[in-house]
Amino acid sequence: MSVSVDVHDLSIVFGSGPQAVRVLPGVSIAVQPGECFGLVGESGSGKSTVLRCISMLTDFWQGEIRIGGRFVREIPLGERCRTLQMVFQDPYGSLHPRQSVRTVLHEPLAIHKLDDREDRMRRAITDVGLPVSFLDRFPHQLSGGQRQRIAIARALILEPSLLLLDEPTSALDVSVQAEILNLLQRLRDERGFTYIMVTHDLAVVDHMCDRFAVMLLGEVAEVLPRDAIAGNQATHPYARELVGASLAYEGTRRAQG
Amino acid sequence: MDTLLDVSNLRIRYGGAAREAVRGVSFTLGRERLGIVGESGSGKSTVGRALLKLLPGATITADRLRFEDVDLTLLSEREMLKIRGRRMSMILQDPKFSLNPIRRVGDQVSETYLRHFRCSRREARERALAMLEAVKIRDPERVYRQYPHEVSGGMGQRIMIAMMLLADPDLVIADEPTSALDVTVRLQVLDILDNLVRNRGIGLIMISHDLNLVRNFCDRVLIMYAGQVVETLKAGDLERAEHPYTRGLLAAQPRIGGPRAPLSVLDRKPEWLEENA
Ligand SMILES: Nc1ncnc2c1ncn2[C@@H]1O[C@H](COP(=O)(O)OP(=O)(O)OP(=O)(O)O)[C@@H](O)[C@H]1O
Ligand SMILES: Nc1ncnc2c1ncn2[C@@H]1O[C@H](COP(=O)(O)OP(=O)(O)OP(=O)(O)O)[C@@H](O)[C@H]1O
Ligand SMILES: [Mg+2]
Ligand SMILES: [Mg+2]
Repeated sequence: MSVSVDVHDLSIVFGSGPQAVRVLPGVSIAVQPGECFGLVGESGSGKSTVLRCISMLTDFWQGEIRIGGRFVREIPLGERCRTLQMVFQDPYGSLHPRQSVRTVLHEPLAIHKLDDREDRMRRAITDVGLPVSFLDRFPHQLSGGQRQRIAIARALILEPSLLLLDEPTSALDVSVQAEILNLLQRLRDERGFTYIMVTHDLAVVDHMCDRFAVMLLGEVAEVLPRDAIAGNQATHPYARELVGASLAYEGTRRAQG
Repeated sequence: MDTLLDVSNLRIRYGGAAREAVRGVSFTLGRERLGIVGESGSGKSTVGRALLKLLPGATITADRLRFEDVDLTLLSEREMLKIRGRRMSMILQDPKFSLNPIRRVGDQVSETYLRHFRCSRREARERALAMLEAVKIRDPERVYRQYPHEVSGGMGQRIMIAMMLLADPDLVIADEPTSALDVTVRLQVLDILDNLVRNRGIGLIMISHDLNLVRNFCDRVLIMYAGQVVETLKAGDLERAEHPYTRGLLAAQPRIGGPRAPLSVLDRKPEWLEENA
């Protein structure tokens, strides 16, 4: 089942009194059911914050967020977890240091009373390209990319319809990245998953996304279709600069190759 | 070119592990930019941490492990403390994990300076703020007061880089230092690192999954697979790599304007695991 995501005039203030900062002055985006929507932009511009608001990890925002037409605040917690899952930018922070991989993957299955737990855990860990023996490891015994893959497996295990992916592959070598991106594409084709994906790699956006938003200082500077990348058809000055820099960054190799 | 670091037959086994995580790695580093690329879990971070002896519980052996005039294999933890940070510094892969979660990031940055140089707190604070600005953090005063969980991923990476820059070391090991930065800021930060190599003559080891970065920014590249160096190349020759793992990496990279067909994936061969003498 595919769901849409509508974010309307989302804003959030961190801190209080004279130190208060409005981080998102008023973000609106509309993501179609089954779409892969990219979020790119300046570091610190609020991309992760947007995902945290949609997932209600941060809940003191103003504005409207609807998932599949329903206000996200009105979706009960259990149902919300089965509808949407998030993969965090920082896998170390998101895995509990004293929990084995098995515990991490088992917990959501137990909470949601799903059966075939051993099978589901094995499938999830195999899907992200790790051996089943890794179920008995702890986070500190994993490399950076292995931890990231556990975080992806944990998000997939409940088979949510919406995945919020915060730089899911930036800690992975490109061969593992290719496996994960292929897996995400396949799940989208087979089950109509909707993705919102934060990344700094416009080649990944070009490969995965239908459209993407360029963010700057908490605002959406421009929403572009994926086809606008190769010929740099961005019109907002910052979006043009970013797309141009990405083409140059990748370009040297084309000139040589 | 004078050699800063000379590593020969480095082997590392984690406590309780069945296999060595690093199996006979050898390389030298001059005043240059050396990239390390390799599959996830191949031992890149482990090599970096071993150079600083930041691997409690692991067994490290090597035929040679020299840094400038020091034999690292002989150093006690006390002697290592004098080298770590000040002469040899590592930018860790998980910035937020390496910061103290309950202290303001700015205080942690100033403290790096205070630890290595004699000066007043006020001066250290000014230095720290200037360095946060140098790594293109917007609004450094605000970020100075924030706690680690309040900064973004890319801000965390730049805070780690600022701390390294303040200590002014001769050798920098940067583990995925710019993966969370947008391309524009990434190029600015790489420029800062580049200047250190060119003008200050430091040695830089750059661990990265970003093939474009390694190709354009580094001088030489080591390719690691399952704990070994399988290939060493001039960065400009990356396209001419011969090892099937390296070739597979190049093929798996998505490209702007590329077809949206499934990306090519590696068919990992058991013989890649065999130990090469
Ligand atoms: N809990 C918080 N308290 C105060 N400020 C915060 C908090 N969380 C985020 N911010 C601020 O909000 C801004 C946006 O942060 P966010 O993490 O959303 O950026 P981002 O676009 O994901 O950046 P990056 O690409 O570097 O990860 C930053 O200035 C950050 O310092
Ligand atoms: N404390 C530990 N105990 C046991 N095994 C460990 C420990 N730390 C790391 N390992 C294992 O050692 C191997 C090398 O890990 P390392 O972190 O060096 O990989 P890496 O090349 O940096 O990978 P990545 O690109 O994913 O960060 C991995 O297979 C990892 O699972
Ligand atoms: Mg972020
Ligand atoms: Mg690593």
